[in-house]
Amino acid sequence: MSVVRERTTPRALTRPPRRPPGPHRRPTMSGAWPYLLVAPAVLGMLYLLVYPLARAVLISFQDFGLRQLILGDAHFTGFDNYTTLLSDPRFWTVVRRTFLFMAVNVALIMVLSTLVALMVERLGRFGRTAVLSALVLTWAMPVVAATTVFQWLFHSEFGIVNHALTGLGFSSFDGYPWLAHGPAAFTILVALVVWQSVPFAAITLYSALTTVPAELYEAARIDGASGPRIFRSVTLPIVRPIFMLVLSLEVIWTFKAFVQIWVMTRGGPGDATTILPVYAVQTALAGQRYDLGAAASMVTVLLMSGVLVAYFRQMFRQENEL
Amino acid sequence: MTSRAALRRLPLNAAATVTVALCLFPVYWMVATAFKPSRDIQSENPQLLPRSWTLDHFRRAIDADGFGLFWRNSVLVTLGAVALALLVALGASFAVARMRWRGRRQFMLMVFVAQMAPWESLIIPVYIISRDTGMLDRLPTLTLVYFMMTLPFTIVVLRGFIATIPAELEESAQVDGCTRLGAFRHVAFPLLAPGLMATSLFGYITAWNEFAYANFLIIKEQDHRTLPVWLSSFHNTFGTDWGATMAASTLFALPALAVFLLLQRHVTSGFAAGAVKG
Repeated sequence: MSVVRERTTPRALTRPPRRPPGPHRRPTMSGAWPYLLVAPAVLGMLYLLVYPLARAVLISFQDFGLRQLILGDAHFTGFDNYTTLLSDPRFWTVVRRTFLFMAVNVALIMVLSTLVALMVERLGRFGRTAVLSALVLTWAMPVVAATTVFQWLFHSEFGIVNHALTGLGFSSFDGYPWLAHGPAAFTILVALVVWQSVPFAAITLYSALTTVPAELYEAARIDGASGPRIFRSVTLPIVRPIFMLVLSLEVIWTFKAFVQIWVMTRGGPGDATTILPVYAVQTALAGQRYDLGAAASMVTVLLMSGVLVAYFRQMFRQENEL
Repeated sequence: MTSRAALRRLPLNAAATVTVALCLFPVYWMVATAFKPSRDIQSENPQLLPRSWTLDHFRRAIDADGFGLFWRNSVLVTLGAVALALLVALGASFAVARMRWRGRRQFMLMVFVAQMAPWESLIIPVYIISRDTGMLDRLPTLTLVYFMMTLPFTIVVLRGFIATIPAELEESAQVDGCTRLGAFRHVAFPLLAPGLMATSLFGYITAWNEFAYANFLIIKEQDHRTLPVWLSSFHNTFGTDWGATMAASTLFALPALAVFLLLQRHVTSGFAAGAVKG
């Protein structure tokens, strides 16, 4: 009702074709409107993403410590920070550990989630609902809450894991302080990250599996193909794009483990769980060397961008819209 | 015959049972510990099923210093970020889905890249920028950061939702004398409500859970902390009181778990694909 009465004048203003209307069937309302509508989003991205990134690049080429943070008189030092960083053996240990952490996590996540996805596909209605619900619940668990719970599960004195292991006959786990030993702390963090990441990967792979037409399986079976053969020649080619997408996402998301690591160990004991983002923040905010921290962050971004490019190529091949 | 089939399915069902158990046990153990009396928590022989129940831990968690305040902060920041993201994304996705303009492809590309922004590597510059502009220790800073974290996803999903609404509906409203935006507001917007719900709930979960920025941007002003940071420092609040810690974790996780269970159908069907796409 009021709809009709609502401003009819602007229509007259926007409607007259300024140029030959072209082949558009629909009124396109070209002109300033679309730009006004996306302006807030663009401004937000410029100020909250592009500007911080540029600022990080800038700082990584400057001499930027506590003094410069307060007085703001930083000056450029060229590649000094990068030279310092790359000649530090501790930095290289951290890089190696980051890759180890990534490889272990991603391998476990991909293998387990593929198995779970294949399993869910073969389950009956009840089993499928049960497993999917459990996966969704795990997925929904907030990171910090899950990290706290894992600290409790692996608690040295009253933790259920130590109790179970001791009960199974591994008496050396009686009161074992997991977070005091480097490899043990590393293992717990891997377990935590894998536990939190499998649901998303498994559900996504499962929904990709459901897109494989049943006739293809039938045809392959009639042709006498074995189970593994069907998986290799029918399932895999169809699921591969999604598989690669999930794989690259999981690689990129390895760096998100920053939160679990920071909450649980802060990179300790010693340096045993320090990966690149943790190292960068430690250097910058604990050591007041913002320049070195920014340089380490930029190295991280550089390492990630390789995977990112692969991810985007895969995604746009999938989408070919945009 | 059927028994043999059942036998053959045994490994599969066993694997399914193990999967469900592994997924649920940590969540179950959190809730179980939260309800157990302290003497059962600190016992030599932990029981899988609590023998008696108590609400003491929840009482201690709620009475803990600042719990109400941090809860309020979290809610404020989350709602602010989601509302802002929805408002901005609605305009942007309308422009992308319904209008032709130069730079549209580039804009969407920017959105997709922004979605994969390396937030973990931007903590240092964001900290320095907030410090320079006097935005450190302030909740609006967090709101802005969370807004940016959820915006790209919101735009992508809303664009999808808007594209499914036939443009003819709006066109006929325009024929009846509506303006372009009026037609959108009165015709498409009501149809968009479910999409807005789903999108905002996902943004809400992101903002509710965020830890890193809340930890490093709110330093001196302890009254402006949010729940994840508070929970992460449970040792300061509860010491070795694991019952209260688990009760606090439960209270913190509950809203997120509830939202996910409500959205489960979306999550397990189309939404997983949507989340991959962006």
